[in-house]
Amino acid sequence: MNNITIIPLFVIIPLAAAFLTSLVGKFIKRSSETIIFISSLALFAFSLYARFLLNSAAGKIMVYKIGGWMPPFGICMVLDGLSCFMLITVNLIAFFVAVYSLSYMEQYTDKPKFFTLFSLMVCGMNGLIITGDLFNLFVFLEIASIASYALVAFGTEAEELEASFKYAIMGSVASAFIFIGIAFLYSFASTLNMADMARVLSNKQNEWVIPFVGVLFLMGFGLKSALVPFHAWLPDAHPAAPASISAMLSGVLIKTLGVYSLIRIFFNIIGATQGYLAVLMFLGAISMIAGVVLALSQWDFKRLLAYHSISQIGYVILGIGLGTPLGILGGLFHLFNHSVFKSLLFLNSGAVDYATGTRDLKETGGLGKLMPVTAKTNLVASMSIAGIPPFNGFFSKAIIIIACLEKGNFGYAICAVIGSILTLASFMKVQKFAFLGEIKDKFKNIKEVPFTMLFPMVCLAVICIFGGLMLIPSFRFFLDDAVAVILKGTSYASVVLEAAAK
Amino acid sequence: MILYFLCLMLFCVGLYGVLRKRNIVKMIIGLGIMEYAMNLFFVLIGYRFHGRAPIDAKDQNIFNMVDPLPQALVLTSIVIGLAITALVISIAIRIYEKYGTFDITKIKRLKG
Repeated sequence: MNNITIIPLFVIIPLAAAFLTSLVGKFIKRSSETIIFISSLALFAFSLYARFLLNSAAGKIMVYKIGGWMPPFGICMVLDGLSCFMLITVNLIAFFVAVYSLSYMEQYTDKPKFFTLFSLMVCGMNGLIITGDLFNLFVFLEIASIASYALVAFGTEAEELEASFKYAIMGSVASAFIFIGIAFLYSFASTLNMADMARVLSNKQNEWVIPFVGVLFLMGFGLKSALVPFHAWLPDAHPAAPASISAMLSGVLIKTLGVYSLIRIFFNIIGATQGYLAVLMFLGAISMIAGVVLALSQWDFKRLLAYHSISQIGYVILGIGLGTPLGILGGLFHLFNHSVFKSLLFLNSGAVDYATGTRDLKETGGLGKLMPVTAKTNLVASMSIAGIPPFNGFFSKAIIIIACLEKGNFGYAICAVIGSILTLASFMKVQKFAFLGEIKDKFKNIKEVPFTMLFPMVCLAVICIFGGLMLIPSFRFFLDDAVAVILKGTSYASVVLEAAAK
Repeated sequence: MILYFLCLMLFCVGLYGVLRKRNIVKMIIGLGIMEYAMNLFFVLIGYRFHGRAPIDAKDQNIFNMVDPLPQALVLTSIVIGLAITALVISIAIRIYEKYGTFDITKIKRLKG
């Protein structure tokens, strides 16, 4: 019983941190930094500990009933392999980003407010991951979204405001579709608990409600995860935010709000049919190619990275849309890897911005001599995202391509290879124009960024190098448990309800 | 049935406002109308004609009661809508300070 009480802590800790930073941050010097550091470290430690507890839990699932109400009536929180995988990903990135922000946010005013919004965003994401109730999922999704709208506008310059307005409008329309989808599901199944809903839906036949709701959710979550027909807000919103927030948005927010919710709803509640999977694969393949083609012509460092996020999310969706165990394994592994290397790349772009004051690749050059650590971490991340063998990106992309071939989808496999080659091309451009070549006169005096910014970058680079080790059998339980949850499909219902009845 | 249809009309009016209007303030109003439509829809789902509040008292038999859950959920949704509207309006005010216009076609510093 006592082990289970760890689950609500993932919501309580960031919520308390947000409250405390806004309360005392203004009056006591350095208090907001301390609170954020401790809370994000604690969250990361707890997510690892939760993984440890889950190994010993019966049936690899833990259910916390809020207020002691039994599942169909009360809200429950579910910690299974997939949620644990996402929790570790989110809290790992959140911890490094928080450390990075300690120095990076010196350029902006009002750090306590920044940390309040940051904690709220983490709270929304953690809550969305562990909740077992569909309406509660919507509420946490909105908490994370509203915090991110405000964070994109944090610089309050003209571009930031414009990007944030666009993002807020499109995000609200997406939320409206999700809300209507939930309303339809509620009126059809008369329950909001995800497990109970899966049970009811599998017993009830209806030929139009489920496809209709599926389309609504695909639009809503597709907008949140920036799949290609719905991607217009991302290339504006991600570069406009402060670099540490771009790392959070690209690294984990679009995956948690978009991909995780899609997986949970389509696989575990509605039950994925071949039709949905085909749509997902198609959208994934389009995003993969369109994102990288648009990225090639960009000269703004962060805008280029933002287009690559669209492309890499395409890989994740393609892998998951394949629906085979190998494809889902590749998709989830790529999700984790992309979180690591894309946040590292955004942190690098922030470091370049911090040192030189510009993100335009035409103006920078030769920074490799003056900023050796940043140049090396950027090289590691670029190699990872392009899929060069010893780095983690290679393994996940290889698994996705092999899974495509295994299922006989040669066209998608070729798309994935082409996308990978174009990614390599655009990152060679970044490396050449930012870090190699001759240094410009006006940048002669720049220095390497402070230690608190270097530390997260180096740690993430180390994870990039050794990430491939997660595939060896003794570490694979981390991925395999998540894959097992997805493959279980709608029998998720009986697993959760049984665990809750104990 | 006609109620649901009118609710859909309201939603479409809001969506039209968001997608087609050039003035930022009108877009925000459209967003508000959309939120009202979806809240109305959720309340309608739980509504029963000639139903009554589900309050259980002694020696009373309730035969036809309104589903109270959507009403509770809609309260949450209204608060979320309020937060979004407040945030978007404050961004709109800042945009007006920077650009001097509410016209979305003139607010175009970002490309692609």
